[in-house]
Amino acid sequence: MLNQVGHDGKVLAGGQSLIPILNMRLASPGHLVDINGVEGLDTVTVSEEEVRVGALVRHAQLERHGGAFGALPLLRQALVHVAHPAIRNRGTTVGSIAHADAAGEMPSVLALTQGVVEARGAAGSREITAADFFLGALETALAEDELVVATRFRRFPRGTGTAFAESARRHGDYALAGVAATVTVTDGVVREARASFVSVTEVPTVLDLTELVAGSEPGSVDWSVCVDAVRAHVDPEADIHATADYRRMLAAELARRTLHQATTHAVTGPGTGHPTPDAEHEGVRTR
Amino acid sequence: MSETRTELLHDVTLRVNGVPRTASVPARRLLSDFLRHDVGLTGTHVGCEHGVCGACTVLVDGAPMRACLMFAVSARGHEITTVEGLGDAPDARPCATGEPMNPVQQAFTECHGLQCGYCTPGFLTTITAYLQENPHPTEGEAREAISGNLCRCTGYQNIVKSVLRAAEIRDERAGNHDDEGAGA
Repeated sequence: MLNQVGHDGKVLAGGQSLIPILNMRLASPGHLVDINGVEGLDTVTVSEEEVRVGALVRHAQLERHGGAFGALPLLRQALVHVAHPAIRNRGTTVGSIAHADAAGEMPSVLALTQGVVEARGAAGSREITAADFFLGALETALAEDELVVATRFRRFPRGTGTAFAESARRHGDYALAGVAATVTVTDGVVREARASFVSVTEVPTVLDLTELVAGSEPGSVDWSVCVDAVRAHVDPEADIHATADYRRMLAAELARRTLHQATTHAVTGPGTGHPTPDAEHEGVRTR
Repeated sequence: MSETRTELLHDVTLRVNGVPRTASVPARRLLSDFLRHDVGLTGTHVGCEHGVCGACTVLVDGAPMRACLMFAVSARGHEITTVEGLGDAPDARPCATGEPMNPVQQAFTECHGLQCGYCTPGFLTTITAYLQENPHPTEGEAREAISGNLCRCTGYQNIVKSVLRAAEIRDERAGNHDDEGAGA
């Protein structure tokens, strides 16, 4: 079907990014291919290595999936920041990744987990790594006739803690800046630290901070050492909501906080991953 | 397909508030427009048409979703509940005018949870679904629950109160099934 409509067609899953674009007349594809009736795309599968999410799994479904949270707490930690519950009830996680908006939370999570996109087209199936998938703003390596049938988020090694935080002008808005962080601690020593970003890089990329902190005791790490690396890594744009400098400052501060929190999670466990409403009113939301 | 295509119409039947409703509409018809223009249920309000304001929120199989971000054809096979259907709930009770109101509607009346009323249908559907999931929210949780709905009149204080009051009314009515009007 996608093969027939080619460039004039768009896949419709949850439609929570696509339909606003249509309503605002920013795009007017001749055809929408609604995949909501396709069997077998609405499952979450948790294995030893990864969490596989089908193309029709709603954000809310993944957010509430106990197995997925146990295997990869970062999923829920990030999903609670995706717009509002009513949007998450309809919007799909895979759809937000295929949409490839650098202001979206889940592309950044796929990047940080070094995940894989499963694409299927007329010529067959293939797998695309997150690093190869995102090419630019709203631009991916998908061919016109390809559908993303699932994404696979890779699980982190034992001893890894994760955290996600973002800052937005209004609750549920696109973030001015956001950070997903992962820290691995084994035998009482920090082994690895990485971060990916929302809204401050052109495509979701991963910043490896291991060199700066490897070998330290988790309790003694001052994550401020990462601030310069984050400031150099991000490349935010200015707009009506914030200057580039402000976004860069936010990204660095959010990275410092999430890395600290990921370290705590690595040592003590991730809690429930659900938001605590009282923390909401501090301006910057950290979970 | 050629550039000058004539618009195909589809016969769409949706169950809205338990009643099957049929209309012949183009595939691009939004659920919100289907409800208002084709079915005549104008209780669902359309504010921003891009999912931000929450005024058009309806329940799809019981879960709140934006009617402006769904096509009517995509809603086939699903149960739609609009603000007009909230009074059909088992815990709805007649108000002063005799019309049945569910606990959330009753709470909005008692707490003055609205002024102009434009955003109200979206709040009512959203909160009705929320209280089924979390029947006893704290004030902080109540604020979080309504964070996806915009109101330009009230300043939200009375809406937060309404959420908390609605939770009480639900409990009262759950405990007094045969005792209509008690505590109202």
